[in-house]
Amino acid sequence: MDLSVFLPLLIVMALTTYLVRALPFTLFRRRITNARVKAFFELIPYTVLSAMTFPAILYATGSFPSACAGFVVALILSFLDKSLLTVAIGTCLATLAATGVLMYIGK
Amino acid sequence: MADTTDTNRNASVPAASNGGTFREGLKDGLAIGLGYLSVSFSFGILAVASGLSWWQAVLVSAANITSAGQVAGVGIMVSAGGLIEMMVSQIVINLRYSLMAIALSQRTDKSMTTLKRILLAYGLTDEIFGVAVSKKHEVGSRYFFGLTVLPVIGWVSGTLLGAVLGGIFPDFLTNALAVGIYGMFISIVIPKAKRSRMIAVCALLACGISSLFFYVPWLKEHVSSGFAVIIAAVVAALAGVFCFPHEEDTGKEAV
Repeated sequence: MDLSVFLPLLIVMALTTYLVRALPFTLFRRRITNARVKAFFELIPYTVLSAMTFPAILYATGSFPSACAGFVVALILSFLDKSLLTVAIGTCLATLAATGVLMYIGK
Repeated sequence: MADTTDTNRNASVPAASNGGTFREGLKDGLAIGLGYLSVSFSFGILAVASGLSWWQAVLVSAANITSAGQVAGVGIMVSAGGLIEMMVSQIVINLRYSLMAIALSQRTDKSMTTLKRILLAYGLTDEIFGVAVSKKHEVGSRYFFGLTVLPVIGWVSGTLLGAVLGGIFPDFLTNALAVGIYGMFISIVIPKAKRSRMIAVCALLACGISSLFFYVPWLKEHVSSGFAVIIAAVVAALAGVFCFPHEEDTGKEAV
């Protein structure tokens, strides 16, 4: 890609992304005491991750059945309190295995 | 102890209520780094397929360390979009980092000085945040720095590998690798949801709302995926705040 197009866009992109993180992290430090506001910020991480994961995970592989296999295995391993890495690897392996099965039966 | 709120749980918490060590951070970051290696591999493939050169793809990853924002950003670069468009899209898609930064600020200890915040903010991602806030101890600057090192290396080197080798890998392999990042998200949410009904209900609600944005044609057409995540997350969290008014008073679980 032409540098005269790429560079300005890259700089704006990086700067925006950085400031979105750094401004609140640097400026907002007081401990929140209001119970409801506090509960909101305790919930936000989990609602963000949930909203990002579902339903996007079902379409992440380009094949619905193989993605479902990965999703189900991720749920099971997480319910068993397995570590981050175990769950991530298990999810990939389940997806791979399902893809293999689908290829074998010719879909 | 800097923990002023939950004095009743100090019996079960070991004396090591510091902000954690650099080593501990490195160790916790390993899983994220490996996950990022595979996800950014897909990004590298995508970026090169879209028309960026390999080093441009690597530069985008090194300067941003974010998945959804980069995919959208590359789209704008390829269509030679405007600077304002780039800025607005990145603000909308990455606004969750602002919420996370404030939430993380609730758990940092005194070692997190202004200068360290300015430097460490660079590495604040969904997964790093998720792991940092799931710790029983407060988040110190050494721990947080350690936590970011391997993910950043993984993210950048995965992009490089994907950009250079992407064409060689078969599709089914890269697809399977791409799903791993979601597995990681799930492994952060489920253990918390098991122990807190409020988190479980809100997480399900967030999934439901984001599904609406995905499956209702009008919403899918008019609301970007970055915005959909923000709306779903904020609405679900607000619902939790107003439907479970007393749960966090019990202090039975350090959520």
